[in-house]
Amino acid sequence: MSAEPTIQATADDFEVAEANYRTDKRALFSGENLFGGFSQILLIIWALMVILPFAWMIMTAFKTDPEIIFHPWAWPESFQWNNFSRAWEEARIGSYFKNTLIVVSCSVFLTLLFSSMTAYVLARFDFPGNRWIFYMFMAGLMFPVFLALVPLFFLVRDFNNLFGLTNNLPALILVYVAYSLPFSVFFLTSFFKSLPSELAEAAIVDGASHYRTFFGVMLPLARPGLLAIGIFNVLGQWNQFILPLVLNPNPDTYLLTQGLAFLAIQQGYQNDYSALFAALVITMIPILVVYILFQRKLEAGLTAGALKG
Amino acid sequence: MNHGKYRLIIPFLAPALLLYAVFVLYPYASAVKNSFYQWRGVSANKTYIGLDNYRRLWDDDNFRIALSHNAQLLIVLPLVTISLAMLFAALFVQGGRGVRGADFYRVVFFFPQVMSVVIVGVLWQYIYHPNSGILNSGLRAIGLASFAKPWLGSAQYALWAVAAVVIWQSVGFYMVLFVAGMQSIPWDFYEAARLDGASRFAQFKDITLPLLWENIRVAIIYIAIAALDLFTIVAVMTEGKPNRASDVVARFMYEQAFTNSMFGYASAIGVVLLILTFCLAILLLILSRRERLEF
Repeated sequence: MSAEPTIQATADDFEVAEANYRTDKRALFSGENLFGGFSQILLIIWALMVILPFAWMIMTAFKTDPEIIFHPWAWPESFQWNNFSRAWEEARIGSYFKNTLIVVSCSVFLTLLFSSMTAYVLARFDFPGNRWIFYMFMAGLMFPVFLALVPLFFLVRDFNNLFGLTNNLPALILVYVAYSLPFSVFFLTSFFKSLPSELAEAAIVDGASHYRTFFGVMLPLARPGLLAIGIFNVLGQWNQFILPLVLNPNPDTYLLTQGLAFLAIQQGYQNDYSALFAALVITMIPILVVYILFQRKLEAGLTAGALKG
Repeated sequence: MNHGKYRLIIPFLAPALLLYAVFVLYPYASAVKNSFYQWRGVSANKTYIGLDNYRRLWDDDNFRIALSHNAQLLIVLPLVTISLAMLFAALFVQGGRGVRGADFYRVVFFFPQVMSVVIVGVLWQYIYHPNSGILNSGLRAIGLASFAKPWLGSAQYALWAVAAVVIWQSVGFYMVLFVAGMQSIPWDFYEAARLDGASRFAQFKDITLPLLWENIRVAIIYIAIAALDLFTIVAVMTEGKPNRASDVVARFMYEQAFTNSMFGYASAIGVVLLILTFCLAILLLILSRRERLEF
C-alpha cells in the first residue's frame, strides 16, 4: 500500500519536473529570460555611459598635464594631490567655493522663510486676491530668465548704488530668492493644504497668536515639505550660472560655476588641465553628497513638480 | 480663525511679493518696453524707434541661423530623449516585477540631471577634445580612427555634439518620470492582454502608451521649452562656434546685450523668443490633448 503512492508521487514529481524544464527552456529561449538578459545589457551600457565620464573626470584630476594630454585613458602614474591645492589656492576655487556657500545658504534660508509664509497664507486664508496672487507666482514658472537679464543687470547696478554696496552678492542673493519663489510657493501651497487643520485651530483656540501658530505648530508639521523644497533649491542655486554670469561680473566675488567657466576659457592659454579637472571634482562633491543623502526625496520632488506643474 | 487675520496676511505676503515684483515682474515688463528703443546702456541716449528692432531682427542672418538651430533641436531633442527614456523605463519596469539592480540603475541614470550644466559642459568639452579626449582616443584605440572627428570644432558636428550632451543629461529624469507612470498601471491589464495573445509591442501601443500619455505630454512640453533656451550648455561648450554653427537664440541675445551693448535689440530678441515659447507651449498643450483615461 505504501509503495504505490510513493511511485505515484515520483511519477508526478517527474512530470512536474519535466514541465518545469519545458517552461524553463521556453522561457530561456523565447520569452522572459531572453528579454531580461537583453534589458540588462542595454541598461548596463547606459549606466556605463553615465558613470564613465564622471569616473574619467575624477581619475584625470589626479594626473599630470603631460599624462592628461598624451595618455587620456591611462591610470595616473602617481596621484597628484597638489592639483587640488593648486585649484583651491591659485585658481581661486577656494574663494569661489566660499562665495557660493554664502550665497546659497543665505538665499535658500530666505527662500524657505518667505515662500512658506506666503504659501501658508495662500493655502489657509480666504481673502480677496488670494487666487490672483497664486496665479501671479505661477506665471513666473513660465517665463524664461534670459528675457529679464538686461533689465536685471541695470536694476542690480542701481540697487548697489542706492545702498552704497560694492559687493554684488547681497543683490544676487535677493535675485536668487525672487526667482526661486514661484516653484517653492507652488510646492508649499499644496503641502500646507494637505496638512490637517485641526491642530492649527486648536492652537488658536488655546489662545496662541497667528504668529505662534505658524512658527510653533505649522512649520514643524511642514518639515518634510520644507526639506524637499530646500534640497531642490540648494541644488538649483548651487548650479545656477546665467544669473551670476550677468549680475556678478567682478572676479573677486565669482561663484563656482562662473569660476569653472572662466578657468575653462583661460585654459586655452595656460594649459593647466589638471587644476581644471581638480576644480570640476571639487565643485561636484557637494552635489554628489546631497544627491546620495537625499536621492529618493529629490527624485520624488522633481517628478511630482513636473506632473503637477 | 478669522480673528485679526489681516495682521498676519499682510506681513506674511509682503516680503515675497516685494521681491517678486522688483526682481521678476518689473524686469519682464521693462524688457518689453526696452525692445522699442535704441539703447546702448547709457540712459541719456535712449531713443524710441518703434518696431525697428523687430524689423532689423527679421533681416538678421545671424539671428535666423540661431533660430534654425533651435527649430532643429525642437524636433530632435524631444524625439530622441523620450524614445530613449521610454525604452529604459520599459526595460526597467519589466511588466511590474522590476529588473534586477533596479535601484542602482535608478540612482545612476538620474544623477546627470542634478549635476550642474557647467560641470557637464566643461567635462564633455574635454571628452570631445580632438586629440586628448577619451572619445577620439578611444575610437582610435579600437581601430575606428575614421570616426574620430574634431567634434566641437567642426561646423558639421558641433551642434549635434552639444545636443547629444543635452540628451545624455536628461534621459534619466524622464525615465524616472515614465517609470512612476508605468508602475501605476495595473498588472492585470498586461496579463489579460497576454491571454488574448497580444504581442509585447501591441501591449505597449495599446496599454502603456495611452495610460502613460499624461506623463509623455508633460515630457514633450518640458523638453520643447528647454530646446528653445539651451543658453548655458552652448555658452560653456562652444560659445556658438565655429562660425555660429552651434549658436542658439538665447546665446545670440546674450552676445548682443553684453558683448555689443545693444540692449534694445537684445530685448527685442528676448521678447520674440518669449512669444515663440508661449505659442509653442499652448500649441503643444492643445495638440497633445486627449481624453484623460481613468483607471
